[in-house]
Amino acid sequence: MNIFKISTKNLIRNKLTTILNIILVAFGVGILSILFLASTQISNKLEKNAKDIDLVVGAKGSPLQLILSSVYHIDYPTGNIPAKDAYKLMQNPMVKRAVPLALGDNYNGYRIVGTDSNFSNLYGLSIQNGSFWHKDLEVTLGSTVALTTKLKIGDSFFGAHGLTGNGDVHKQHAYQVKGILKPQGNITDNLILTNIGSVYKMHEGKHTEGHIHAAAEEAKEINDKQITALLIQYKSPMSVILFPRMVNQSTNMQAASPAMESARLFSLIGVGIDTLQWFAIFIMGIAALSIFISLYNAMKERKYDLAIMRCLGASKSKLFFLVMFEGVLVTFIGTCLGLLVGHTALEVIGIYQESSQAKLTGLTAIPQEIYLIWIGLFIGTLASLIPAMQIYKVDIAQTLIKDR
Amino acid sequence: MIKISSLAHVYDKGRNLKFPCWEIADMEQWLLLGASGSGKSTLLNIISGLLKPSQGEVLINGTDLYTLSAKERDRFRGRHIGIIFQRPHLIRSLDVLDNLELAAVMAGLPIDHERNLSLLADLGIAELAKNYPDELSQGQLQRVSVARALVNKPDLLIADEPTSSLDDENANQVIQMLTTQAKDNGAALIIATHDGRVRDHITKTYLL
Repeated sequence: MNIFKISTKNLIRNKLTTILNIILVAFGVGILSILFLASTQISNKLEKNAKDIDLVVGAKGSPLQLILSSVYHIDYPTGNIPAKDAYKLMQNPMVKRAVPLALGDNYNGYRIVGTDSNFSNLYGLSIQNGSFWHKDLEVTLGSTVALTTKLKIGDSFFGAHGLTGNGDVHKQHAYQVKGILKPQGNITDNLILTNIGSVYKMHEGKHTEGHIHAAAEEAKEINDKQITALLIQYKSPMSVILFPRMVNQSTNMQAASPAMESARLFSLIGVGIDTLQWFAIFIMGIAALSIFISLYNAMKERKYDLAIMRCLGASKSKLFFLVMFEGVLVTFIGTCLGLLVGHTALEVIGIYQESSQAKLTGLTAIPQEIYLIWIGLFIGTLASLIPAMQIYKVDIAQTLIKDR
Repeated sequence: MIKISSLAHVYDKGRNLKFPCWEIADMEQWLLLGASGSGKSTLLNIISGLLKPSQGEVLINGTDLYTLSAKERDRFRGRHIGIIFQRPHLIRSLDVLDNLELAAVMAGLPIDHERNLSLLADLGIAELAKNYPDELSQGQLQRVSVARALVNKPDLLIADEPTSSLDDENANQVIQMLTTQAKDNGAALIIATHDGRVRDHITKTYLL
């Protein structure tokens, strides 16, 4: 029997009001925590994946699409570029490292990326089991791919045409798993890496299969030897201005900077995030108001209870703390519940998310969430302050003489 | 022992009350009589430390009530004075036993579970220990509030118009209960009333 028990009992007695207030707080906190978690996870991922890539060169089209497709492996590629033009750019003195990418196939939704050993240098990849790919049709799996597809070293599988779906399987050539990468915490965990030759070979095979329309197109693609994009790292930061302009003006390709495009992308989503954030803050405000009103109204009835407690020897400060504690307890429970709901919701969203590349998870916490707890406690304190102050105004003797 | 001397109180609205000196020895039982408006409630509030008088002093077992700080006075009241109101005023979210325990907790004393149970038994409501106040009748509530006033073994038991809303039979019972419980628990008793039925039980009177 102590102040905490009295508060709790009183809250339980007013179940409906208590539950309403808890839900309001939980709702606001839940939305805020989802926003915090999702936006940090997304921006972390964006940053990590584009860490060492200064520029992407690809077919003309939307620069954002080019970045999304070849750096984050989310969107479809803008098209292809001639391999010989690409190789010419790779020799440019301003380029420190250039990585060619050939996209086009997937296995169970995981993209098969044709590239060369520069790719593993760029991302700093290391092998967990087996080895890197060497010959055509040999692949190295990202750690997540290995985990979810349960492919082991020595296994073979067929790639499917396109970047999602298993519709059009390349039955004539099977890939063979040579190695599995260590978890990198970036996009490479979700990729299947092979050499460019394998990707060409896959599509040569198409030729014999008799999809006349598609085959003709594909044949042309292979004869001209095209690749999808080129990831470029500069020798010096000076090239930031010169090189993209050179690419955009003197070749039939476009250059896009991951940093600029992801900043642009974030400013686009940012509007939505801001709106939701204000919405959540608005709900928290309503929660505070609701707690305030219910405590304030309850004070009329509780005046007697509090007057009696005074008579029984409780000091004013003790009762002030009692009322404050109730408000704070409600918001604290609401905040914890909200965080739980937020994390669960995000985890559920992550499970149902289609793109495996940008999977969200609710199983991590971020430091900002501690602020949410503080905000919750602050709101509880604020809302109970005025009702609690009533304690100092109540004239015990007068209150107890009057009838209920 | 309780002693009040040269006590007077002036309300903001200008009402001026003066109280004659009064000495109550240990375990004495007194009636505080007076027409309504004569200052009975004011005097009770002053004696129980709820209302600071404009003038004069209240000594309870040698402690001058109004030289204590507000916080000390609250605690002193909790430990030494049991108050029974005209209305039972129990905390509705707590059951009967919790209401008794509350009295100890609020006064900062340890909970004596055995004593609480035996108090309830003495008052014939032992079986109600786990009931909530709104499940009890007026008479039962009145008994619980007497038990609550006795929890901390007070030196002084104050009852304000305990019989005014009761019929003859119940009024008799309540007075009986108060006088015997005060005696058994070694407390002095003051009953403020304008109810003639009470006079038959208690001889010492203080008239306002």
